Amino acid sequence: MIPMDEIYADPRIRENMNACINCGVCTALCPAADYYDYEPRYVERIILMRNADALEELMSSDYIWYCGQCMSCKARCPRQNAPGTVVSALRYWSQKLGLFIRSPKGRQQLIIKQNIGKNIYELGYCVHPSRLTMEEHPEQGPVWQWILNNLEKVHALVDGNIDKNGPGPMRKIPEESLQEIRSILEGTGAIDLWNQIEMEVINTDNDQNC
Amino acid sequence: MTKIADMTENSPEQRKKIYWKDYIKYIPEDDYFFFRSCIRQTFFPGAEQAFLAILKNNLHKNYFDDPRLTTCTGIGYHSDIIPLETLHTMIARHFSIMNESGYSNLVISCVTTFGVMTEVMNTWHEFPETLEKARENLQKTTGRAFELPKAIAHANDIIYLYRDEIAKQSVYKLINKETGKPLKVVDHVGCHYAKIFPHHGIGGAEFPKVLSEMIKTWGGEVVDYPERRHCCGFGFRQYLIKESRGYSLTHAQIKFESMQPFHPDLILTNCPGCNMFMDRWQYVIQETTGKVYSSSGNGIPVLTYEELAALLLGYDPVQIGLFMHQTDVLPLLEKLGIQFNKNEYAKLREESLDLAKIL
Repeated sequence: MIPMDEIYADPRIRENMNACINCGVCTALCPAADYYDYEPRYVERIILMRNADALEELMSSDYIWYCGQCMSCKARCPRQNAPGTVVSALRYWSQKLGLFIRSPKGRQQLIIKQNIGKNIYELGYCVHPSRLTMEEHPEQGPVWQWILNNLEKVHALVDGNIDKNGPGPMRKIPEESLQEIRSILEGTGAIDLWNQIEMEVINTDNDQNC
Repeated sequence: MTKIADMTENSPEQRKKIYWKDYIKYIPEDDYFFFRSCIRQTFFPGAEQAFLAILKNNLHKNYFDDPRLTTCTGIGYHSDIIPLETLHTMIARHFSIMNESGYSNLVISCVTTFGVMTEVMNTWHEFPETLEKARENLQKTTGRAFELPKAIAHANDIIYLYRDEIAKQSVYKLINKETGKPLKVVDHVGCHYAKIFPHHGIGGAEFPKVLSEMIKTWGGEVVDYPERRHCCGFGFRQYLIKESRGYSLTHAQIKFESMQPFHPDLILTNCPGCNMFMDRWQYVIQETTGKVYSSSGNGIPVLTYEELAALLLGYDPVQIGLFMHQTDVLPLLEKLGIQFNKNEYAKLREESLDLAKIL
């Protein structure tokens, strides 16, 4: 049984529990609903049902991973709900409870952890030029490849400070600052979450290979 | 209120309420603590430097660029690897550093950061126990304490506030040098600027005025188009995971198709991600389908508000990094009649275009 009281205590769910009137505005303007077979209205409905089986099924499916987090739903909801914020909470609980492993899109969290998580932990940035290769990002085009080949020169032309001490764009984050954010990641549950993602996905892959 | 009445005098819209006037917020006038963007630093570092140069050289404002700041972790939060408590504590650390530096007006370069900071502030207000937990977590993990900022503004709010002063100092206007007509500009306001908390954005979510007022003040024509409010398509995990990157491309394409019939000379953005995607996806569509969204055969140039302000103020296009755009901005520079070292710009572009032939 999933811990319903804990899940419903999440501020992102508590704040978005105003009775949905099923108007469908969120679905009508949702970019994810354009692209996938997805309705933010459905997510809100399951939350308001407070049915543990239905919620567990939702958190175990690809469905919660379709949202693009643009929050267009929040802007126009007549009840001030934000289905996108509810999705954030459900994705967290799906990972925390190990339910994400049941869906292919959920398991892709390992890719996010291995990229964005690694960047944050090692460099203090979510995104860094050195981690944006053309192999992974062919859409960046030839100008980006040229920039990667000439990083120091390019940044010097625009008064940048790439990988150097002191202030400025793309500066090297001081070691003391990196230690502080690593301590925050460790002390507030991020590292535990990352270990959980990695362990669950690797175990699932091993089981499938047996 | 008198000013609003004057604006609508003898207008057919005289009796209509001007809704966006409900969404005016306090914008601090000086002493800014600048918070950089991971995406802007990566792709368009010259844009942030242009903003700081305008603050210093043109507006004579004081700011501080603290090297101890790190990522806000917003991309990690919206791609679901950063728990809420971690996000709160990271933001608390940034506030603590700002306190230490003696500043209280936070000015944010990134729309994702602006979104998470306003969300965190709202959560702390609605659920005070989460603020106490953030204080406890910050103390426990770093030994730090913090106070809330007096004001939070996006960097485009500052340019909006001083748009008239920038117009006064401008060397160029948003006018086609050859025809004398205003250039047609479409704005794209990043979703997290005002869709989450409309009262934090100039004009709110429905009537975003922050960019369109700059365009009008600087001589251009604001072009409305059906998908003006549509997301650029970033989608966080949708883009970050290669398999679902088509989500991002699809939504950018929806916007290009919608704006193309209005023949815009320029796309103006306020969000680092939106700016990069609208620049890069035009290249991808051109490469994969041959479709180009401008009659010049170049694509529609995409600029940030800082880049545009700097250009009009006479800053050098190379110095502000316009050669780093995939969609060439040269046609726009020529329409504006910008005087600059074209050889240097052309040489940099040629180097990357030579690479394109190899790729």
